[in-house]
Amino acid sequence: MKNIKKIKIKINGKSKSIIHNTKLSYLLKDLKIPLNKVAIELNEEIIDKKKASRIKLIKNDKIEIVHFIGGG
Amino acid sequence: MVKLKKDNLIIANRKFNSRLIVGTGKYKSMPECAKAIELSGAQIVTVAVRRVNIADKNKPLLMDYIDPKKITYLPNTAGCFNSKEALRTLRLAREIGGWKLVKLEVLGDKKNLFPDMIETLKSTEVLTKEGFKVMVYCNDDPLMAKRLENVGAEAIMPLAAPIGSGLGILNKINIQIIRKQTNLPLIIDAGLGQASDATIAMELGCDGVLVNTAIAKAKKPFDMALAFKHAVIAGRQSYKSGRIDKILMGNPSSPTKGII
Repeated sequence: MKNIKKIKIKINGKSKSIIHNTKLSYLLKDLKIPLNKVAIELNEEIIDKKKASRIKLIKNDKIEIVHFIGGG
Repeated sequence: MVKLKKDNLIIANRKFNSRLIVGTGKYKSMPECAKAIELSGAQIVTVAVRRVNIADKNKPLLMDYIDPKKITYLPNTAGCFNSKEALRTLRLAREIGGWKLVKLEVLGDKKNLFPDMIETLKSTEVLTKEGFKVMVYCNDDPLMAKRLENVGAEAIMPLAAPIGSGLGILNKINIQIIRKQTNLPLIIDAGLGQASDATIAMELGCDGVLVNTAIAKAKKPFDMALAFKHAVIAGRQSYKSGRIDKILMGNPSSPTKGII
């Protein structure tokens, strides 16, 4: 395929190269993220996990995926 | 055997049999953490919100070891040093699975880990307005405790001593004053070192204790978890039983009449 535009985004502080307009849901699936155990922020705004398929990622998007770990 | 009346801990209209809340940090492994929790009898555990490790997809998850359907997760804001960070963390925690009962902890100093009470107060107010049920880690200042109550805190959780210090309750008088002024759940959070510290907290009239390091870092965490379980029960029973007055001189336990 021609014209595949690669962009850089950040996930949990790390740079990642993906195809422009990749759906967020696709990326989460690729990373094997268990959706029922995480919360997701896109550019510092919490997103509804169920609507991840409606979000297309663009250049410089910042994604944070968090879960619960041991703590006091 | 005398059976005690049901004596539940009630927080945000929810009943808990156990008055011991335990942290899930600092354990050697998740199975060790899960077993210690089971032995402690705790029904509420604190958890932290952190980034998922994207690189290691097979890393074990806390939820795989501690079932949030059986044990109440109390998300914390550990590591947050201002109101903005704390609010962000707890909003994310709520998003993970609808958690509204949370532990707010806004620290002010990286060395002594004392709470920043100005930021804590601000955050409590905002979170309460957003519908959160906020259990607030605070210093042992009765005036601040009152202010937290006035802005809608669900539980007051003063420190016994700095987090992880194991020093035990440093200011019993303040804890008693806070106890006298509030009907909110009063839970000692942070600084306990051994089981008897928990008993003392309960004897001061606290509704519960929150322990992490003292169990997780004990030489035998499982035994210590059990010790804390019993210590909290003993302290509560002692408090409810009504202790004798303190007197300066001796008072014989055997009758003084009929001595041969």
